[in-house]
Amino acid sequence: MERNPMRRQLAIMRQSLFDQGHVDEQFVQLEELQDDANPNFVEEVVTLYYRDSARIILNIEQALERKPFDFRKLDAYMHQFKGSSSSIGAKKVKAESTLFREYCKSGNGEGCMRSFQQLKKEYATLRKKLGTYFQLARQAGPVETASRPK
Amino acid sequence: MTVEQIVSEGKDQFPIGMRVLAVDDDPTCLLLLGTLLRRCQYHVTTTSQAKTALKMLRENKNKFDLVISDVHMPDMDGFKLLEHVGLEMDLPVIMLSANGDTKLVMKGITHGACDYLLKPVRIEELQNIWQHVVRRKKKDRCNSGSKDKPHPDSGEAAGIGNVDNNGKLNKKRKDQNEDEDDERDENGHDNEDPSAQKKPRVVWSVELHRKFVAAVNQLGIDKAVPKKILELMNVEKLTRENVASHLQKFRLYLKRISCVANQQANMAAALGTADSAYLRMGSLNGLGNFHTLAGSDQLHNAAFRSFPPSGVLGRLNTPAGLGIRGLPSPGTIQLGHVQNSGNPTNDLSKLQSFVPGNHNTNILQGMPMSLELDRLQHNKNVGHIGELPTTDSMTVFPGSGNLVDARITGFSNNQLLGVTSNSLMLEGSSQQATSHTSVSAIGFQNGNALSDFTSIAPASNQLQDSKAGSQGQASPINCNAGQIIRSAPQEWNAPRKDAPYQSHASINSSIPINGAMIQLGQCLDRNNSIFHRTTDLDSVGPLNFVDPLSIKHSEGDNSIMEPSVIEKEGYLMFQPRPHGSHVPDNIGSLEDLASAMMKQVPTNLSVLLQEGGCNGYSLRTSI
Repeated sequence: MERNPMRRQLAIMRQSLFDQGHVDEQFVQLEELQDDANPNFVEEVVTLYYRDSARIILNIEQALERKPFDFRKLDAYMHQFKGSSSSIGAKKVKAESTLFREYCKSGNGEGCMRSFQQLKKEYATLRKKLGTYFQLARQAGPVETASRPK
Repeated sequence: MTVEQIVSEGKDQFPIGMRVLAVDDDPTCLLLLGTLLRRCQYHVTTTSQAKTALKMLRENKNKFDLVISDVHMPDMDGFKLLEHVGLEMDLPVIMLSANGDTKLVMKGITHGACDYLLKPVRIEELQNIWQHVVRRKKKDRCNSGSKDKPHPDSGEAAGIGNVDNNGKLNKKRKDQNEDEDDERDENGHDNEDPSAQKKPRVVWSVELHRKFVAAVNQLGIDKAVPKKILELMNVEKLTRENVASHLQKFRLYLKRISCVANQQANMAAALGTADSAYLRMGSLNGLGNFHTLAGSDQLHNAAFRSFPPSGVLGRLNTPAGLGIRGLPSPGTIQLGHVQNSGNPTNDLSKLQSFVPGNHNTNILQGMPMSLELDRLQHNKNVGHIGELPTTDSMTVFPGSGNLVDARITGFSNNQLLGVTSNSLMLEGSSQQATSHTSVSAIGFQNGNALSDFTSIAPASNQLQDSKAGSQGQASPINCNAGQIIRSAPQEWNAPRKDAPYQSHASINSSIPINGAMIQLGQCLDRNNSIFHRTTDLDSVGPLNFVDPLSIKHSEGDNSIMEPSVIEKEGYLMFQPRPHGSHVPDNIGSLEDLASAMMKQVPTNLSVLLQEGGCNGYSLRTSI
C-alpha cells in the first residue's frame, strides 16, 4: 500500500526523464533487461557508466588544456564517450557529444570547448536525476521499479 | 538463465546456447552486450581485451561459435582482430560500433565481418545473429566437398584460415574459389589446421607464397600461368586450382598496390612532408595492401584505412628498417616509433638501401621497403628508394617501384615503411604485436617480389601490433602476400583503381596469420623486392592522394582504398588507430595511406601492383 504512492511518484519521475529528453528508448531497453535475476540492472549499468566515463571526461579535459588541440584525439575520446552514453540511453549527453565531434571534425576549438561545457552540464544533471530516481526505486521496492510507463 | 544447462543442450537447441565471445573495451557497453546476449539465451563470454579474446580463441578453436567485437579498442583494432579470427579460426565475426559511417561498415565487410551492428545494439538485432553461424557452416560444408557437418558449431571452420576461407568470404570469387578449392589439398604449410583432413584447404604460408612468387617472377607476371607456376613450385598436394586462385589474388593485390602508390605520390606532393609520409604510406600500402587484400579476407586492412600520416611515416621507418634486415626482430619494427613526421628523404633512402639486401631484387625495382628501419629512423635521405635494385624482371612490379620511389623520396621512409609496415600490420598484429613485426614486413619487400608481398603483409601486421607487441604478426603478413598473389585476378595490369584492391584482399586470406615472427622475417626479405618496385612508381603522376586527414583512421575514413579492396579478404592488417600509441597508430595510417593510394593510383597501377603487391596486401586495414 505504501508503495503505491511511491511507485506512482516513481512512474512520474520516470516519465519526466523521457519527456524532458534526458533519456531515450535505449533506457527502456535497459529496463527490459532487468528481471528477477537482475533486479538492479539499470542502476548497475548507469553506475558503471558514470564510473568509466569519468575517466574519459578527464582525458578530454586534459586534452583541451593542451594547445593546439589535437582534434583527432579529442574526437576519438568523444567517440568512445558517445558510445557508452548511447548505450545507457543518455539522450542529451549523446546529442552534445555529437556536436562536439562535429566541432572536432571542422577544427573548431571554440566550439569544442563550448560544447564540452554544455556536455558536462547535461552529464551532471542526468546523474543527479537518475540518482534520485534509483533511490526512489529502491525504496519503492524491488519489484516493478522499472516498469514501462502505461 | 542457467547457462550450464543451456550449454549442455546447446547443440540440440541451437541457437539457444550458441557460444558467443563478446569483446568491447567499454565496460558499460560490454555489460549491456553481455546481458542482451544472455537474454537471447546464448552462452556468453565477455572480455574487454582483444588480446585476451584471441588467446581464448586460440586455446580452443571449438570453444566458440561466434565473435562479436567492438571496432575501436585500445589494445587492438577491431578489424585486426577480425582478420585474425577469420584467418585463424574461421569463425563468424560481427563488428560493433557507435560509428555507422558507410566507409567504416564497408571496411568491416571487406575485412570479412559477417555483420556490422551499430551501438547501442538492440536485442532484436542480436536475436538473429545465429544465422551467421549457420551460414558459415553451410559454406564450409560446401567448400569441403559437401562434407556433412551436422552440428551448428562453426568450429569446423576454425583452424583453416587460409585462402579457402578467403575464397568464401569474397563473394566475387566465391564461386570460382569454391570450385577451385573443391579439390584443394592440404597445404603442407598449414599453420593451424586441425581439421585438415576434413577440409582440404590450402594454407598459403610464407614459404609457399615465397615459392609462388619466385615462380611467378621466373615466368614473368604476364606469362605466369597456374600450371607452370605449379610445376615450378613443385609442392606436393598443391593443385592447379589453388595456384590459380592465389595468382588471381596476387594480381589484385598488385593492382591495388599500384593504385595506392599513385595516390600516395600525389598526396605527398600535395601535402608536404607530413603528407609525404602519408603518401608514401599509401604507395607502400599499395604493396602492403596486396597482402592484405589477398590474404585476409578476414583481416582487415584497418591500417590501410586510416592511418594518420605521421603515424605512417613513423611506422614505416621503424619497421621498415627492421624489416629490411630481414629479421623480424621484434624491436626493430617499431613502426610507430619512427618519427611520424617522417623525414621522408631519410627514410626512403634507408629503405632503399635495405632493399638490396634482399635476395629478391627482381620484385621490386627500387623498393627499398624493408630498408633498414634504423636508417629510416634517422632520416637519412630518402632518395635512395629509387635505387633499389629491382633486378629482375620480376614483372610483377615493374613500374610501381618508381612510384613508390617517387613517393618515398619525397617522404620520409614512411612510405615504404608504410607499405611494409602495412603489410606487417596486416597480419600479425595480434600476437606479436611489437613493432618488430613490421620490420619483417619490410624485409619482405626486399625479398621476392611476390613473396615479399606476403611478408610485407605480415610485417605490417606486426607493425600495427607493435602496440600490442605482437611480433607474431609478421608472419601472418607474409602469408598474406603469398595469398594475394595467388588470387590475383587476371587483371594484373588492369585498372589500378580498385582492382588491386581486390587482389589485395585475396592475398590476405591466404596468408596464415600465424603470428610467428619468423615468417615475418621472411617477409622482410621479400619485401625488399616489392619495394623496389614501388620506387618505380615515379612515373606515376600526381597521386590523387587521398588526403591523409581524410584517411584518418579515426573514422575509418580510409575507405579510399577500402572499397576497392573490399574483397573479403579484407585483410587489412593495418590498423589505423587513432590512439596515441604510436605504433598502432602509425600502422593504421600506413594502411590507410596505402589504401588511399590504391584507390587513387590510376596510372601506375601496374607498377604499383607489381611492387606494391606486398604492401597492399597487408595494408588493407580498415578501421
